[in-house]
Amino acid sequence: MASIGIVLATFLGFSIGVARLSSNWIVAKLAMIYVEMIRNIPLLLQLLFWYNAVLKPLPNPRQSIALPVISLGMPEVLPTVLAVAAFAVGWFLYRRARTGVESTATMIASTGGSVLMAVAVLGWLGYGGLFRFAGQAGVFLNNRGLIFPDPTVQPGFEAVLAALALGVVGAIAFRWWARKRQAETGQQAPVGLVALGLIVVLPLLVFLAMGRPISLTYPELKGFNYQGGLQVYPEFVALLLGLVTYTAGFIAEIVRAGILAVSKGQTEAAHAVGLRPGPTLKLVVIPQAMRVIIPPLTSQYLNLTKNSSLAVFIGYPDLVQIFTGTVLNQTGQAVEVVAITMLVYLTISLTTAGFMNWYNARKALVER
Amino acid sequence: MSNADVAYLRREPAEVLPAPSFARGPAAWLRENLFGTAWSSMLTILSALFLIWVTPELISYLFTNAVWSGTGETCRETGVGACWAFIGRNMPFFIYGSYPQVHRWRVDLWMAIGAVLIAWLLWPNAPKRSIGAVLFLVVFPILTFVLLYGVSNEPNTLLEKVPTNLWGGVFVSLLVSVVGIVFSLPAGVLLALGRRSKLPIVKLFSVMFIEFVRGVPLITVLFMANTMLPLFVPEQYSPDRLLRPLIGVALFSAAYMAEVVRGGLQAMPKGQFEGAMALGLNYSKMMRLIVLPQALTMVIPGIVNTFIGLFKDTTLVAIVGIYDFLRAVETRRLDPEWAGPTISTTGYVFAALFYFLFCWGMSRYSLYMERKLAAGKRR
Repeated sequence: MASIGIVLATFLGFSIGVARLSSNWIVAKLAMIYVEMIRNIPLLLQLLFWYNAVLKPLPNPRQSIALPVISLGMPEVLPTVLAVAAFAVGWFLYRRARTGVESTATMIASTGGSVLMAVAVLGWLGYGGLFRFAGQAGVFLNNRGLIFPDPTVQPGFEAVLAALALGVVGAIAFRWWARKRQAETGQQAPVGLVALGLIVVLPLLVFLAMGRPISLTYPELKGFNYQGGLQVYPEFVALLLGLVTYTAGFIAEIVRAGILAVSKGQTEAAHAVGLRPGPTLKLVVIPQAMRVIIPPLTSQYLNLTKNSSLAVFIGYPDLVQIFTGTVLNQTGQAVEVVAITMLVYLTISLTTAGFMNWYNARKALVER
Repeated sequence: MSNADVAYLRREPAEVLPAPSFARGPAAWLRENLFGTAWSSMLTILSALFLIWVTPELISYLFTNAVWSGTGETCRETGVGACWAFIGRNMPFFIYGSYPQVHRWRVDLWMAIGAVLIAWLLWPNAPKRSIGAVLFLVVFPILTFVLLYGVSNEPNTLLEKVPTNLWGGVFVSLLVSVVGIVFSLPAGVLLALGRRSKLPIVKLFSVMFIEFVRGVPLITVLFMANTMLPLFVPEQYSPDRLLRPLIGVALFSAAYMAEVVRGGLQAMPKGQFEGAMALGLNYSKMMRLIVLPQALTMVIPGIVNTFIGLFKDTTLVAIVGIYDFLRAVETRRLDPEWAGPTISTTGYVFAALFYFLFCWGMSRYSLYMERKLAAGKRR
């Protein structure tokens, strides 16, 4: 529970933290509203809201909501051509206007160009036929939780796993080689692209070549409930939603503070030595920001772990519920049971703290 | 160096171009902040679509379609929004819980006195703040006991005893947080000093206490306080059922406060300690007159953050059966008379509004203080 929550909250938190610093006014404001709302409302209230006000009033299994599942398809020709043309015009306007002397006309042109490019991309994504809504998809939402197809592994899947392992090893080896070459000759290699190809594209190709060796068991409505398929209980969904959105609000603030803590002179100096914005962020700003971010991030992870004990309020059988509910009822040994519960949390907390301290020490500034 | 050496030399000044009319004003602002690049334009369009979709729904749910007066029947009609009538009808319960009707003025008086004292303490230019502090930290707790719990055993007297199982609602939430705040600051300072102390036993005790409490969830601390405190004391002194979670919350927040204060103590330059010692001040005077005032000022944001966390955590006392505000909302939400599709959401939105106002107010105050105190450091 806590580990899934930590991963999701980190992603969401970093995105929102960056969004708060976005130069786009509307995005920054939306992120600010999100953070202020989440941080100033008790977590318990949010959990109860998700559970009792959002997930409980969902219809029963017979009237469950069939969620549309989006699959990829071949884009249609006409919208694609239109979109490419619009994008090209937009790009032309934008580049032309950016290179000349600024005047009213060029400003209008560059703004119009950027808007045109945006509309082209969005329109193509929306109407280009790239995404297909699969009708009979088998993902259902009802008051018994989220139900989706159960993937079963068919023979031939081992090859995909092998390709994945090979890809990971290959990517690590390539990174090592690229580092060595950079240290010796100063030439850089596109590590990220190659790694993406090796880790994602290679197994995907093998997957397709082996004839998609995964079969899905679709859930079917039988009697009063669905048979087959995987089911996630609403308690779990509510807990995960609540914990992730809540912790993300705090992580976003930590990330924002971390990025702001890197002085502007660092960015300016990086630009002055000729680094482009991308490498500046990757090589100069983020490594320094991480140093500021990691210690408070650790305590947020610990908080998330401890907050997962609130599951007891919405009836999700987590550690506290099992120990102080079930075990306490069975044994009646209050002191021992509560002590064991605390001990388990203490162990989890100290382990996480230990790991993060090690990571922090690795990343910390090495001083004399 | 003659002019002939230079490859290109401008003979006359460049032609003066008119300033782009697009360079300032709302159009420039739009260009700068919303449509600067293609990526930015994309985000703007998506966000605008999202807002266009959400805002009317929200407004109609919360205001135009909401039920402002009526009964449970009106709120059950299809298509209506938030049921504010439910909130209005249950407001007394949300504030006082089951506190007896005739004695509710005591709660009102308590809240009014508390509000005045807190305002006195928080207003930086208020006269005689030290008197306010003494009143708040010494007189107010006694007053709390006398007013809320009562002193007289005879029924139908002015200050008749009201058993704590009748307490509930907003004032219990406020009581728990005030107790936590009043207790945690001094206890946290003591623990922080203990952690930096040279006496090994004091140090060991402080470290163990802080690390232990910070390593476990508040719920388990509350459980512990609820089930174990009565085991440690003779039966006739067994703490009241409201007092147990109060102790739990106070201990819990003290540990967090101790870490915040320790941060402030560590950030103090060594020269301050040495200077105080060179003046011949002993330990308690050095801490009281020199170190703590500066250290505490430095960590005001951290302290307020802990207070905000504490205020939000007061919702958890419901686990040991205390009727705080959120629990009161929870109870009334399930009232069959008002049962309806929008009741839960209405109750939660109202509760969220209450907590939001308090926490947001605290964080704004901390920002204001920070700016005010930093004025001396700015050059």
